[in-house]
Amino acid sequence: MQRIGVFVCHCGSNIAATVDVEAVAAAAKKVPGVVFSADYMYMCSEAGQALVKDTIKNEKLTGVVVCSCSPHMHENTFRKAASSVGMNPYMVEIANIREQCSWVHKDRELATQKAIGLMQAAVAKVQLNAPLTAGTTPVTKRALVIGGGIAGMQAALDIAEAGFDVDIVEQKPTIGGKMAQLDKTFPTLDCASCIVTPKMVEVAQNEKVHIYSYSEVTDVRGFVGNFTATIKRKARYVDEKKCTGCGLCTEKCPMRKVPDEWNMNMGKRSAVYIPFAQAIPKVATIDPRYCLHLTKGTCGICSRVCEAGAINYQAKDEFIEEKYGAIVVATGYEMIDPGAYDEYAYTQSPDVVTSLEYERLMSAAGPTGGHLVRPSDGKEPKKIVFIQCVGSREEDSCKGGKPYCSKVCCMYTAKHAILTKDHYPDTDITVFYIDVRTPGKLFDEFYRRAVEQYGVHYIKGAVGKVVPNPVTGKLEVQGADLILNEQVHIDADMVVLAAAIEPSRSARQVATMLTASMDTNGFFTEAHAKLRPVESPTAGVFLCGMAQGPKDIPETVGQAGAAAAKVIGLLVKNELTNNACVAHPDEWMCNGCSQCEKVCPYGAITYVEKEFKMPDRTKKMRRVAQVNEAVCQGCGACTVTCPSGAMDLKGFSNSEIMAEVDALCR
Amino acid sequence: MVYSYFPGCTLKNKARDLDLYGRRAAQALGVTLEEIPEWQCCGGVYPMNEDEIAVRLSSVRALNYAKENGGTLVTICSACHNVIKQVNNDMAADGTISTHANNYLKQDGIEYHGEAREIHYLELLRDEIGYDKVRAAVKNPLKGRKIGAYYGCLLLRPSNVMKMDDAEHPTIMEDLIEAMGAEKVVYAMRNECCGGYQTLEDKEVPAKRARMILENAKDNGADTVITACPLCYYNLKKQAEAEGVRVVYFTELLAQALGVKDENESAAAGDGDGAPACKCPMAAKEETK
Repeated sequence: MQRIGVFVCHCGSNIAATVDVEAVAAAAKKVPGVVFSADYMYMCSEAGQALVKDTIKNEKLTGVVVCSCSPHMHENTFRKAASSVGMNPYMVEIANIREQCSWVHKDRELATQKAIGLMQAAVAKVQLNAPLTAGTTPVTKRALVIGGGIAGMQAALDIAEAGFDVDIVEQKPTIGGKMAQLDKTFPTLDCASCIVTPKMVEVAQNEKVHIYSYSEVTDVRGFVGNFTATIKRKARYVDEKKCTGCGLCTEKCPMRKVPDEWNMNMGKRSAVYIPFAQAIPKVATIDPRYCLHLTKGTCGICSRVCEAGAINYQAKDEFIEEKYGAIVVATGYEMIDPGAYDEYAYTQSPDVVTSLEYERLMSAAGPTGGHLVRPSDGKEPKKIVFIQCVGSREEDSCKGGKPYCSKVCCMYTAKHAILTKDHYPDTDITVFYIDVRTPGKLFDEFYRRAVEQYGVHYIKGAVGKVVPNPVTGKLEVQGADLILNEQVHIDADMVVLAAAIEPSRSARQVATMLTASMDTNGFFTEAHAKLRPVESPTAGVFLCGMAQGPKDIPETVGQAGAAAAKVIGLLVKNELTNNACVAHPDEWMCNGCSQCEKVCPYGAITYVEKEFKMPDRTKKMRRVAQVNEAVCQGCGACTVTCPSGAMDLKGFSNSEIMAEVDALCR
Repeated sequence: MVYSYFPGCTLKNKARDLDLYGRRAAQALGVTLEEIPEWQCCGGVYPMNEDEIAVRLSSVRALNYAKENGGTLVTICSACHNVIKQVNNDMAADGTISTHANNYLKQDGIEYHGEAREIHYLELLRDEIGYDKVRAAVKNPLKGRKIGAYYGCLLLRPSNVMKMDDAEHPTIMEDLIEAMGAEKVVYAMRNECCGGYQTLEDKEVPAKRARMILENAKDNGADTVITACPLCYYNLKKQAEAEGVRVVYFTELLAQALGVKDENESAAAGDGDGAPACKCPMAAKEETK
């Protein structure tokens, strides 16, 4: 017979305001097996835990039920407390009377009844609980970073700094990410290339960091400390080891009409290309969609001119497998296609550009050599209109709009305005905004500089229509000034759209592989919005950069460092404690059907031939299920699949769950 | 194919071309538009009367007739289309309006909950007949004509109810223009408001809007602008001559392409600019000014 103690928490007024906690404690006293019950203001506090510990000792308890918040919050707290006084931690059960009771109900009487029911169910389970012991598994001391932008590079460098090997997998031919495409950075206006390319070189030269560029992670198996990832190295048709990056092939390639992604498709590149001069690794890549040899079997010039003999048209995608202890997700972002917002005429005029396109037009390494001109006729724009929140802060998502603020647009627009005014002081600049949001160190000062020092016109209001006039070549902008309550008409030369930021297109696939959760907008969810901001709820998976939500460069770098610290904290451990609540088969009941093996998402179940002594004293070989306890995550899929009821989950056995249900239905 | 057809008041007066050529073109394409008996005004200016039930009743009567006669109601006037489609949506989705309207209509023995389908003539062409069939039936392709579609507001918005086409990127009229053998002209102002009923208060408002629209169409190369709305037609037509752009109903052009328009007939049928056939309030007001 168990001797069970029930501890009811008030959680300040969180529980006590809706649930009569004293009544719950009193009701507990009447439940068979309960030898002690009490209520307390904050059970998770030092004093509350002491009450639990002292009672275990004084009353010689064998089991504990804590009626409090979600087990996600404090199950571990109370298990540790129990274990410190010699009780097996798995003899502690939490009855969640906060999230699942007091927070969601208003009627005090009914909520109290429900809390009593939940308490009784937990007691019924503890009656059947057995002590469990968790095993341990070793940790693979290597990290995988998915994405080679500023977030991924920083995380990799910080992990490498602690002495661990790191692999960066980047789907583009070069690392550097979006930051390398930027011209200048706010609010200090340092040149983006000047700060990001040295970082890229640092990554390339670090012996602990290995770059898999032009590669994708296609499969991830395993669990925290023991992931196995499959990396697809896309065929580059150029041998990375032989290529010297001389660029001769790119000069001689006759196929020169390929839209240049690096310049947001505003320029052209050759079919064999190096994205930009400072690319890392600085090796050429052949684009199989455009290469004349690969599409038509002709040409072959690059292979003839390459002195290193690096061109290999027969190259195939290669798959490599590697083991990792931790994974960092740094998949970054894209801008939405503003084509759906055709009131801004993005699809109708080349002079309506996105901010990232404008960034390339400003860049010295861009398609115009840093000379700001209109894409349509190459003339310098004299009047530029910036439109903020294109697709951001929009509830109506039929156009692909986002409900959230994209966060960086206010600042980069102020930057664009200042830089434009710096280079071309006679340019007239108007910004239409909903709100100007500039929280951040030196951010508001920067925005005010744009307004006060540079004379940029900020108009609070929306643009209703941009009408390209093919005769005058102007873009007729019709907007509203909400402060003056006036219609505004501007004949602009260029219109720049601050299109909303959305997660990278590859992010969902990565999330699926990692079983990492995403929010409704496709950003990776953190384990706790405030207290665990760089961890995914999936153990061993860490987050940084825009993959987790819109943020600027300093925040991204800070978050990457935090993710790296978490990874290091994991990798320095030699072994990890396993989950004790794992599946185990009753071998006498198992009929060897293999159903459990098929449903197990972790590959934890195998079948073995085993000799059994039968009741008639004969021996018989039988095929039975076997669970690898280090791999089993205790999801329970096998237990509900098993047709003979042979599979059971320790800590959540069928009998324990039925006892809970019985207690609730009593 | 036979469809229930709701012409609407204006198509019997100022916009008779829209109606006449619409029916004729449909006939040429093998579709009969059967005018529903004893129809009444659609209710008009629907959006101004958010909580008014009475203005919706005639639309519900027309929809109920269609429900019992083939299930689909066709309109050509984009204002009627807008009103009836929104009412149909309310009857299916808005419990308060639906209950109130049905309480009124009980005495007529009507109970209606949005069962009928309401489509615009353009949707009839695109989805029921098919533009391929239209293209095949064209006898006089409008070769060399550069035509801009003018949508105005009522055809496309509110887009989540009208569901005809993308409100910013419509193609339904452009595809028809191409099916008729003409060259489409896409211009930014094609889905902007013409000024609408402002013409009753201040004539300069729609005049300015119409000039902006027509100038934009002309600058993009259009010689003709087509519309499905009598009010847009009215507002645009007033500036058409000065801007040097022809404004016609899309059905007239369709009838011409299908070879069912008698070239001498247009004036007799009553052009929108001609003398009104009856003294409708708008015409009367205009004359007194």
